Amino acid sequence: MQTGRLSNWSKSFLSLGFLFLYAPMVILVILSFNESRLVTVWAGFSTKWYGELLRDPQMLGAAWISLKIAFLSASAAVVLGTMAAIVMVRMGHFRGKTAFASMITAPLVMPEVIIGLSLLLLFVSMGQTLGWPGERGIITIWIAHVTFCTAFVTVVVASRLQEMDQSIEEAAQDLGAPPWKVFFLVTLPIIAPALISGWLLAFTLSLDDLVIASFVSGPGSTTLPMAVFSSVRLGVSPKINALATLIIVTVTMAVFVAWWIAQRSLKQTTHISK
Amino acid sequence: MSDAASPMLEIRHISKRFGELSAVNNVSLTINKGEIFALLGGSGCGKTTLLRMMSGFETPSEGSLLIDGEDVSKVPPYQRPVNMMFQSYALFPHLTVAQNVAFGLKQDKLSKAQVQAQVDAMLKLVHMTDYAKRKPNQLSGGQRQRVALARSLAKQPKVLLLDEPMAALDKKLRSQMQLELVDIVESVGVTCVMVTHDQEEAMTMANRVGVMHEGEIMQVGSPSEIYEFPNSRHTAEFIGSVNIFSTKVLHVGAEASQMSCADMACRLTVEGGVNALEGAQLEVAIRPEKITMARTRPEQEDNWVQGKIHDIAYLGGHSVYHIKLPSGMIVMVTTTNINRHAQRLTWEDDVYLYWSAASAVVLYQ
Ligand SMILES: Nc1ncnc2c1ncn2[C@@H]1O[C@H](COP(=O)(O)OP(=O)(O)OP(=O)(O)O)[C@@H](O)[C@H]1O
Ligand SMILES: [Mg+2]
Repeated sequence: MQTGRLSNWSKSFLSLGFLFLYAPMVILVILSFNESRLVTVWAGFSTKWYGELLRDPQMLGAAWISLKIAFLSASAAVVLGTMAAIVMVRMGHFRGKTAFASMITAPLVMPEVIIGLSLLLLFVSMGQTLGWPGERGIITIWIAHVTFCTAFVTVVVASRLQEMDQSIEEAAQDLGAPPWKVFFLVTLPIIAPALISGWLLAFTLSLDDLVIASFVSGPGSTTLPMAVFSSVRLGVSPKINALATLIIVTVTMAVFVAWWIAQRSLKQTTHISK
Repeated sequence: MSDAASPMLEIRHISKRFGELSAVNNVSLTINKGEIFALLGGSGCGKTTLLRMMSGFETPSEGSLLIDGEDVSKVPPYQRPVNMMFQSYALFPHLTVAQNVAFGLKQDKLSKAQVQAQVDAMLKLVHMTDYAKRKPNQLSGGQRQRVALARSLAKQPKVLLLDEPMAALDKKLRSQMQLELVDIVESVGVTCVMVTHDQEEAMTMANRVGVMHEGEIMQVGSPSEIYEFPNSRHTAEFIGSVNIFSTKVLHVGAEASQMSCADMACRLTVEGGVNALEGAQLEVAIRPEKITMARTRPEQEDNWVQGKIHDIAYLGGHSVYHIKLPSGMIVMVTTTNINRHAQRLTWEDDVYLYWSAASAVVLYQ
C-alpha cells in the first residue's frame, strides 16, 4: 500500500535523523569507559578515567566555577526575564513597546561572537572610565550570561503569560487582592512551571557557553567549557570523555525535569478550553 | 433598611470610548436593591464594557457610578463592594474548590474560623460540599459554574455581576442552571446585574431587562413589557419575531387611531392615540402569535389581510406559517398545535389573517 511504504520511508528517515543526532554521543559515552589511553582503540571496560577526572584539580575547579556562574546567571535571568515578560504581555500598550520587545529578545538571534566582543568592549571602556570592573573574571562572565539568558527566559515566560487567562488575575482583584498580591498569590504560582523550565534552560545555556565566556573571562576564571576546549587542543584524553558523559547526564536530567513540569502544568490548566 | 424600591446601583450618563470607537454612550440606569437586572443586546453592543465599568476594570470616559449612594467611579476594583462571576469562570487552577471560595474572604481580615464557616455555608448553598478538596480541572462545566458563583457570593457583595453566566454550558444544563441560579441569588437577596445576548435567558432570569444597541440602552422594562410593548424596531426585532407594517397616519383619536398601509387592502387600527401627526410615517409591529388565520373573511372591517401560504415550519408545539401578501410582503403567523388534525391548511392555500387593534404596537424609533 502507498501509505505503508510512505510511513516506512518516514520511519527510516526518522531513524537516520536520530542516528545522526545521537550516535556521536553514544560513542562518546561508550568510549568514556574505555581502558585504553588511546581514545579510538577499545581495550576493555574501566571506570578509571572517572577516577582520574576526580583527581584533576584544574578540571574540578573549572567545573565548580561553571556551576556557580550557571546557578547565579539562571537565578538572575529568571527575575529579570519574568519582569520583562510581564511588561511585554501585561502592561498594555506604551510607546516603544515593539522596540523593547525586539531588543530584549535580540540576543536569541545575535551571533555569540558579536555579543562576546561587544560586552568585552563595554567592560574595557567601563574599566577605563569608571574604574570598574578593574579586572575581568567571574563577575563579568556572570553579567554576560545574564544578558543572553534573560532573553531566553523572557520568551519562555512571556508565552506562558500569553496563554494564561487574564480574567483569572482580574477575578483575584475583584475578590479584593491589590495588584501586587495578585501577582504573588495567583500569577506567580500559575506561571511557576515556566519559571522553572526557564531557569533550567538558562542554567544549561550558561553551563554550555564557550564563546562569550572566552571574551569576557580573565585570569583565574576558566570555565569548564574553556578548560575542556584548551585541553582538547593538546589531544583528546579519555578523561574528557568521562567529563562529557557527566555533562550529558546532567543536561538530560534537567531537560527531563523541565518537560515533566511542563506536562504537569498543562494537565492542570487545560480545563479552561474543555 | 432595605426598601424594595430604593436604588442600589445608579449609573449616571456614563460613556466609554476606545479611541474613536464609542463602546458605551451616555447610559443612565438605576438598579434597585434585590433586583435581578439583565443587560441584553447583540454582539459588540457594549454590554461587557458597561459591566466592567461597574466592577472597576474599565474607567468611564464620562459619567459616574454610585453603589448604595456612594460614588465609586474612582475606586479600584479590589475595593469595590461588588463581585463578578466571569464568563470563563476564571477559577484559580492551582487552588482547591474550598481555597477558591476562601480567596476573597482571606483578603479581608477575618479569623480562620470565620473564613471556614463562610466557605462551608457557600459550598452548601451551591451543593458543592462534597467537592471541596477537588481542583477546578477535576470538575464538570456545571460544577465549575457553581464554584464560581459560590466564590463571588462569599464576600456578600452589594452587587453581584454575571457576565454571560451560561455561555460555557450546553443547552440542557443551561435551562436547569438558569432556574437554580435565580433561586440561589434570590435566597441570598443580593442585587444582581447580568449580561447576556440570549433573550430567553434574560426573560427567564431577570425581573427587569435593559435592551442595549450600539452602546445605548434602548428600553428598560419587565420582560413582558419589553415583549408586549417594544418602543423601537430594534427591540421588537431583537426579542422574539415580529411583523412590521409601514404605515401612514390617517386619523388620530383618543379611543383608536387609523393608518393606511400599502400592503393591506383595509385600514390598520391601533388602540388609543398615537404620538404623531396625520400624514406621518409610522411603523406598526404585530407579533406572529397575535394573528388569527382563517379560510373565510373576518367580520371586522379593519386589521385584516389576505394572502397565500408560502411556507410552513412545523416545530412540534406550534407551527410557523409564512403568508405571502399580494404586495409581496411575508407575514409570519404562529399557531398552537392543539389537535393533531386541526385545520389542515397547506401550501398555496388562500387564507385571511386578522388581529385586534389592541395587539398592534406602534414603534417610534
Ligand atoms: N479594550 C478594548 N479596546 C478597544 N476596543 C474595545 C475594548 N473592549 C471592547 N472594545 C470594543 O467595544 C465594543 C463593545 O465591546 P463589548 O465587549 O462591550 O461588547 P459586548 O456587548 O460584550 O459583545 P459580546 O456579546 O460579543 O461579548 C466592541 O466594538 C469592542 O470591539
Ligand atoms: Mg461580552
